[in-house]
Amino acid sequence: MSNGQSRFHVPAPPFRPGDAPDFSHLDLQKAGEAKRPDPLTAASKMTDLAFGLIGVLDHNHQAVGEWDPRLAPEMLREGLSHMVLTRIYDARMLKLQRQGKMSFYMKSLGEEAVAVAGAMALNFSDTVFPSYRQQGILFARGRNIVDMMCHCISNSRDNLKGRQLPVHYTWAEGNFFSISGNLGTQFPQAVGYAMACAYKGEDTITASWIGDGTTAAPDFHAAMTLASTYRAPVILNVVNNQWAISTYQGIAKGDAATFASKGLGYGLASLRVDGNDFLAVYAATKWAADRARKGGGATFIELFTYRADAHSTSDDPARYRPKNEFEVWPLGDPIERLKNHLIGLGEWDEDRHAKLEEQMTALVVKSYKEAESHGTLHDGPLSPTHTIFEDVYATEDWRLRRQRQDLGV
Amino acid sequence: MPAMNMLQALNSAMDVLLDKHPETVIFGEDSGYFGGVFGATQGLQKKYGLDRVFDAPINEAAIAAMAIGMAAKGLKPIAEIQFADYIFPAFDQIVSEMSRLRYRSAGQFVSPVVVRSPWGGGIRGGQTHSMSPEAFFTHVPGVKVVVPSNPYDAKGMLIAASEGDDPVIFFEPKRIYNGPFDGVPDAPLSSWARHPKGEVPEGHYRVELGKAEIVREGEACTVITYGTLVHVAVNAAEKAGIDAEIIDLKTLAPYDIETIVASVNKTGRVVVAHEAPRTSGFGAELAAQIQEECFYALEAPIFRLTGWDTPYPHAHEWAYFPGQARFIRALQTVTEAR
Repeated sequence: MSNGQSRFHVPAPPFRPGDAPDFSHLDLQKAGEAKRPDPLTAASKMTDLAFGLIGVLDHNHQAVGEWDPRLAPEMLREGLSHMVLTRIYDARMLKLQRQGKMSFYMKSLGEEAVAVAGAMALNFSDTVFPSYRQQGILFARGRNIVDMMCHCISNSRDNLKGRQLPVHYTWAEGNFFSISGNLGTQFPQAVGYAMACAYKGEDTITASWIGDGTTAAPDFHAAMTLASTYRAPVILNVVNNQWAISTYQGIAKGDAATFASKGLGYGLASLRVDGNDFLAVYAATKWAADRARKGGGATFIELFTYRADAHSTSDDPARYRPKNEFEVWPLGDPIERLKNHLIGLGEWDEDRHAKLEEQMTALVVKSYKEAESHGTLHDGPLSPTHTIFEDVYATEDWRLRRQRQDLGV
Repeated sequence: MPAMNMLQALNSAMDVLLDKHPETVIFGEDSGYFGGVFGATQGLQKKYGLDRVFDAPINEAAIAAMAIGMAAKGLKPIAEIQFADYIFPAFDQIVSEMSRLRYRSAGQFVSPVVVRSPWGGGIRGGQTHSMSPEAFFTHVPGVKVVVPSNPYDAKGMLIAASEGDDPVIFFEPKRIYNGPFDGVPDAPLSSWARHPKGEVPEGHYRVELGKAEIVREGEACTVITYGTLVHVAVNAAEKAGIDAEIIDLKTLAPYDIETIVASVNKTGRVVVAHEAPRTSGFGAELAAQIQEECFYALEAPIFRLTGWDTPYPHAHEWAYFPGQARFIRALQTVTEAR
């Protein structure tokens, strides 16, 4: 606030290592309170949704309010299963990275609902343009786990021929676009792809995800402008997990009330959603998909969550934030919340949960053994060396031919 | 065959592409209703509709990214960047995304986009409407870079670029949109109607990318250039009475090494010429490659005739531009060297 004089201002997070984190200052709308307008409502008639918080699961783990998607228990169990698999897969891969089996890894701990519920609310034919922390989409779409691991350890069966860092998946058969690694570039590309779907008269849409930090990037503005101008059938998600490596969300957000509210200036339907609430993420995504398919254009969604672990295997979060922030995060753990909801419904219990975790652990361990049988980054076999010269162009020109011959491959 | 200037030829190419391929879409700043600031897309929106030819917001990154997304879904976008000087906001999308999508996805997704952009100087455009930024793009694996020098090639190469499978940066020498330029600033404008390459078929044809053309055969030296300077070179050789062999490179990435090597082995003397600044310009690549392949045939140092290592000036444009007088001096220097 102003004291009558301009001062140089650099924002800083409320808590650093050694501080006791306390999120009571967050004024979060309670689950069930947000209204659910018809998906074709004009963006200007529902601006409150950009400032509140769409939530379904309340503190008693009951599904409440207009946004409850009323999913059958089988769907809830499926979602839970994908989230549990995502978490177990991530944990295992991190361990393997620490053992030197792969160069790099990125977990999605605490954010599993974002990817899994989002993917389950879309059609399989909808093309997704994720960032590097939405591996849950692949599990929800049924990708072969061995194939995922073969990519991560860059072996002879890596479908990307060893060209990408681990977790930068591509899976065209699953309508999963190539993950760039350059932040935010996929956001406007998803809009162009969605425009092409509409141009071809298809019923398919696209969805993309970026992090809170990337909302500062020029491509964010490019995507929002294109999506609005051309009324593209796209869902643009910002995963506000509070941290961009060591930079807190305030460095990107500035004095905006919420990230979601940034969509309003573009005239986009803008929703702020509890990203740790499986049912809320599902319901909001479904709503946005309906809007897009029915010609209502794009929706901008802020998924409010918390990155519970490091950005990647290359940073130590204890050096820039309190260690126990996730434990006191007011929106809890997405897996625990859905699990407790299912238990409350009488559709799940601790024994079944323990058994699910066992099954998934066994699946991951078995899959890794199989993946490793196709080679590892350090011991090979890798994709043949001559493949580094392939796919630069549709056909090899004289420069690449000579250089390949120079290398003797 | 009708005579066309370069803009009419480019317009005709896009007309052919829009007519033949339903997946062709064209967009850029002012490219829709108005038909582009130079008029290259004039009349196309009216003929093919708002869905096929449309205006884009002033955001070159958005234009490139939209094109990438569309191409990944199977469309064939032709995106216009209003001036080559304005391409840099799209640089990341071109360098990190468009050029590498095929590679990083191991062929699962591709982005065969054509980026058209008016390029080069000689129009009193000052430092923001005169640049020749081709060397930034020839350094990028995965994109092709072309610079046609006449209406016939402009049409045939644009069709070949759009019907190809790779992204193409298509630079258009705007100084010669309306007629060839001999490098003498105050001379009256000549017309494409009096130039053999101003004869342009109405229908579909392709001029293959990656092939250079010897536009003047000669024995005394080899000149390798592209764009506006092709015409300056031909005129300078005639004026100086030097029997130069002049190669219109047309495609810079990948360039036609065979034509270059054959000519240099014959003449032993070389001028490489471009409007862009000298240091790390495309001429440096040509000179390096020529000395690797033709060292023992060379009889004189390779001469680089280029713009200066300065931003492109406004008032002193003709001191910057490698015009007729500088070209003649270059030809004399390489042919007289003993």
